[in-house]
Amino acid sequence: MIINHPLLGPRDSQEFVYLGDANLIDRPDWAAEGAVDTFHDYLYQRTNPAGLHQELWFHEQGDRSWLVVTRNTLTHEITKVELARDVARSRGRSK
Amino acid sequence: MMRYSGFKVIKEALTGHKGWTPAWRDHEPKKHYDIIIIGGGGHGLATAYYLAKIFGKANVAVLEKGWIGGGNVGRNTTIIRSNYLLDGNEPFYEFSMKLWENLEQDFNYNAMVSQRGVLNLCHTDAQRDAFRRRGNGMRLNGVDAELLDREGVRKLAPFLNFDNARFPIKGGLLQPRGGTVRHDAVAWGYARGADQRGVDIIQNCEVTGFKIENGKVLGVETTRGFIGANKIGCAVAGSSGKVMAQAGIHRLPIESHVLQAFVSEGLKPVIPGVITYGAGHFYVSQSDKGGLVFGGDIDGYNTYAQRGNLPVVEDVCEGGMSLMPMIGRARLLRIWGGIMDMSMDGSPIIDKTDIDGLYFNGGWCYGGFKATPASGWCFAHLLANDQPHSVATAYRFDRFRKGLMIDEKGMGAQPNLH
Repeated sequence: MIINHPLLGPRDSQEFVYLGDANLIDRPDWAAEGAVDTFHDYLYQRTNPAGLHQELWFHEQGDRSWLVVTRNTLTHEITKVELARDVARSRGRSK
Repeated sequence: MMRYSGFKVIKEALTGHKGWTPAWRDHEPKKHYDIIIIGGGGHGLATAYYLAKIFGKANVAVLEKGWIGGGNVGRNTTIIRSNYLLDGNEPFYEFSMKLWENLEQDFNYNAMVSQRGVLNLCHTDAQRDAFRRRGNGMRLNGVDAELLDREGVRKLAPFLNFDNARFPIKGGLLQPRGGTVRHDAVAWGYARGADQRGVDIIQNCEVTGFKIENGKVLGVETTRGFIGANKIGCAVAGSSGKVMAQAGIHRLPIESHVLQAFVSEGLKPVIPGVITYGAGHFYVSQSDKGGLVFGGDIDGYNTYAQRGNLPVVEDVCEGGMSLMPMIGRARLLRIWGGIMDMSMDGSPIIDKTDIDGLYFNGGWCYGGFKATPASGWCFAHLLANDQPHSVATAYRFDRFRKGLMIDEKGMGAQPNLH
């Protein structure tokens, strides 16, 4: 698979390490009500879709940036690659 | 009901093979069953077989989207073993091993169960200590385990690369009762045994939805119409997410990943049992036909495509070359992939769901084949009695909430590392 890095252009997926579902960006607030349940869901539950999947890849052998890759789990086709930093900011995380 | 035997083979050979009948019938689905099993793979068929044979439930159907045995039970590397460390796992896998040992007599089908030994190699002193600990854990559970020194390994497998500068072989943990089984025959034998006891095996019947009222499941919509049931068991491995989503359960502690397997051209007998490399991820055995059957790690990203990518092919073959350079000239015959239901702690789930009458069997990661008999037995036990079998009590959904993970490799909630 080739991942079209937003800063570096097309890179071999072998340069990356895979973490998983991009919802891992949305780490819950540990001090909130019901944090035990939200952390359980955050850590252990996955939607595991057959089709488009947003996932976190880390460019370990490159610029060490985290990416959010939108990839089809039925065909391995990659349709969108974003910097995880931008995605997190657009979701209101870490200003 | 036809029994297979040596006498029967000779008799049929002398009379032109006119007396053989189909091993299982081809059924039209009935309107209603007591129990429906979704998934005609090894685990689903074993469940149906033990439901009928041990738990006296004959009004059972197995629904299969394609043909039985067309999924992971026909795609694995055929290894059986019970060399686990943790208490939640080891009694279960040993129960499975005991069922393997008597399987062919039990279902009257030649599954070619061959206890040729499983040897895990170690390459550092620390790894030897870990193996000693695991071997002791096995022995505490009454399972055979032998710690071999370097010379002990050399006696079994003199062709290994003992003096690799980076990963010399220091010894190994041997389970003599481990081995291989003809995987397709497991599916066929269970299917035939279940069919003989009245189970309906319905192929080309894909589940497309569930009928659920007031939190109770009433049946399934299929490509061959609605089929009612009191209880439904889901045993669909890598498709767990897809099928459970139809029942409104959209999140599971499971990711689907692809595992590739490989077979070489046929060679003369050279590899005595199952050998696993402790430094790279590579395991190999030799089929009775002569092909080297081997595999390695999963590709590592979520996928439902039954094919992998070249980097892992390269990685597995590098592991093979590093361990036994002699295979360098063997040509690969086939490579294929199967979809693994990778769970969050590397261990399976056999449990009820929040929907009354809907039961789940999955999360086998890439160790489902060896578990087939015990998984079937324990799932049948749960379906029949609404109580988990004593060796499967740890395989619950709520273990993640309660912090009772069964994490053999200590990797945490990251399925692609288990």
